[in-house]
Amino acid sequence: MTYKMLDGNSAAVEAMKLAKVQVISAYPITPQSSISEKLSDLVESGELKAEYIRVESEHTALSVATTAQLTGARSATATASNGLALMHEILSMTSGNRVPIVMPVVNRGIAAPWTLWCEHGDSIAQRDTGWMQFYSQNVQEVLDLTLTTYKIAEHGDVLTPAMVCIDGFFLSHSLQKVKVPTQEEVDKFLGKYVLKNTYLDPSDPMFICNLTPPEDFTEMRYQQKVGMDNAIKVIEEVQKEFLSKFGRKLHIIEGYKTDDADVVLLAMGSMTGTAKYVVNKMRSQGKKVGIAKLTVFRPFPFEHIKNLLGDKKVIGVFDRSAGLGGQGGPVWSEVSVALKEFDIDIRSYIGGLGGRDVPADTIEKIFDELLSIQNREKDTHTQWIDLKKNAMEIREVIKHV
Amino acid sequence: MYNIQHDTKDLVSHGVPACAGCGLELVMRKTMDVLGEKTIVVIPPGCSALFSGFGDETALKIPGFQGNLENSAALAAGIRAGLNVKGDKETTVLAFAGDGGTVDIGLQALSGVMERKDRVLYICYDNEAYMNTGIQGSSSTPLFASTTTTPTGKKTNRKDLLQIAIAHEIPYCASASIHNPRDFQKKVKKAKETNGPSLIHIQAPCPTGWRYEPSKTIEIAKLSVETGLWVLYEYEEGKITINYKPKQLKPIEEYLKLQGRFKRMTPEEIGQLQEETTNRYERYIKKLEGMSL
Repeated sequence: MTYKMLDGNSAAVEAMKLAKVQVISAYPITPQSSISEKLSDLVESGELKAEYIRVESEHTALSVATTAQLTGARSATATASNGLALMHEILSMTSGNRVPIVMPVVNRGIAAPWTLWCEHGDSIAQRDTGWMQFYSQNVQEVLDLTLTTYKIAEHGDVLTPAMVCIDGFFLSHSLQKVKVPTQEEVDKFLGKYVLKNTYLDPSDPMFICNLTPPEDFTEMRYQQKVGMDNAIKVIEEVQKEFLSKFGRKLHIIEGYKTDDADVVLLAMGSMTGTAKYVVNKMRSQGKKVGIAKLTVFRPFPFEHIKNLLGDKKVIGVFDRSAGLGGQGGPVWSEVSVALKEFDIDIRSYIGGLGGRDVPADTIEKIFDELLSIQNREKDTHTQWIDLKKNAMEIREVIKHV
Repeated sequence: MYNIQHDTKDLVSHGVPACAGCGLELVMRKTMDVLGEKTIVVIPPGCSALFSGFGDETALKIPGFQGNLENSAALAAGIRAGLNVKGDKETTVLAFAGDGGTVDIGLQALSGVMERKDRVLYICYDNEAYMNTGIQGSSSTPLFASTTTTPTGKKTNRKDLLQIAIAHEIPYCASASIHNPRDFQKKVKKAKETNGPSLIHIQAPCPTGWRYEPSKTIEIAKLSVETGLWVLYEYEEGKITINYKPKQLKPIEEYLKLQGRFKRMTPEEIGQLQEETTNRYERYIKKLEGMSL
């Protein structure tokens, strides 16, 4: 183990290098991440023995990675925002053909309007494509989640691709001191990629992904559902093994001072670090608040959420995506369903969109609202928590002036 | 692996639900005869997906992947990259797509393969419209041909795929016609042996979409060449070889009159198309001869 100063992009690359990916295909759509050129550097320098395919789109990037992996090569690509949107069609090909690719996704908003900055709207929009989704709190988690995710995705009971979600700029471009395991340690933990179920091999021919009649389609989707269901147990096992081998604890959902908390805020990604700081600060003022950090959004860990939060009376859920047309944010919707059997007041908060920072003040404001709801001093809450007062005047087009 | 239940003589099963007289079926069979079992094929969801099979049955004895309509070249590049990692230089990676999946929606991915010089053999069987989806016009539909989206006849000329490939300076590309399988198979063999991207553009007459008697597929393919509408040539390491030059072009009316898709054409339009075809043919041959210098 060594310490390195890494940003989120480099931590993802470090993990992919340690996983010895053999085929890399990546494309620098706008906005892109530096993951593609960092991998290219490693291949050029000979540090990573891999085929690097400089493709002409994100759509092709995932197409190449998918079939390359079907020949037996652990394959890699990475993307962000509009690139992930362009991959949408292929995401379902990868998952439906049970190709367990691990893909870092640098979370950035999707145009329009154009943004280069952080939000979760890009990956949340892909939540039903049959990929697992893991959200990182810090750069160390980017590395740790990426490494563990190979083992989870490639597990025979899972065979499901996975996105490791990295908050744009807040994690992708911020340098942190990271513990990096040795190649030997990772080799022992991950092992070589072994093809299971579907493969392309002239010595044992099969035709993959032909037209499937209604008689079989439901069952093949069900197989994917079972893979997702199985993943929960496999994630627990792998995280346990990771803890024993590498000494760092990862979670499906982490309760931070939730046990005795009067109110809890559930959130994902880098803002959970800030939220932990706010929890400590408010606790010192005698306010019993806690944070639930959700790492795994797909498969959605409803049992874990029930166990952690079932006894609470007031919960806030912070969505870093707009969930347009929904009653609340997408994570809020899922949490509400997970906790439907309990009498809990669950409030939807939406914020941090298109690069808007989620500072301690915003989180404190949420906790204060939740506490006053819990004390019955107040009933309403501010769903769009960081909205400017003059929202409707921003770029308002006034004709005939 | 899946259980292959019937022994067939070749790599393509006997019973394939292609339309009677399907030009594409001949292309597939003749292709597989040359390539052999050390081949992995990528097929998009078009007419050629009939060979991918349905449910737990497939019509091919080789491994294959049915991709999306637009990424056949990309998926083939991925397979090649994976084989390269294993040091497998022997296996041919074949992308087998129609005109829609190639010159329309697949052009970007194909251009990528050709520019990067990925060793992929790409065969575009050209039935000159989206035949599997309901005979909609493509950018390979010829001038005046009626399709369900060009009901009064297409107003523009077709895209020239081979010239696009040549502009990428790929090591080998060729046009072919199913009426001359020997010529086609010679080209497939050359393409297979090419160390880099290779492309064969073969016309695949379609009785259903072109509206002609299924027995006339070969005759129509031949007439297409003899009228100068379809030029047979090869581009090999920068050198052009014109494979066949009719001594005298046959009148295009002989080709048009057999097909329902040209039925709406007025005598004036036929005259116009004749003139354009002759001029274009002469210009094209001159251009090709100029290119081979």
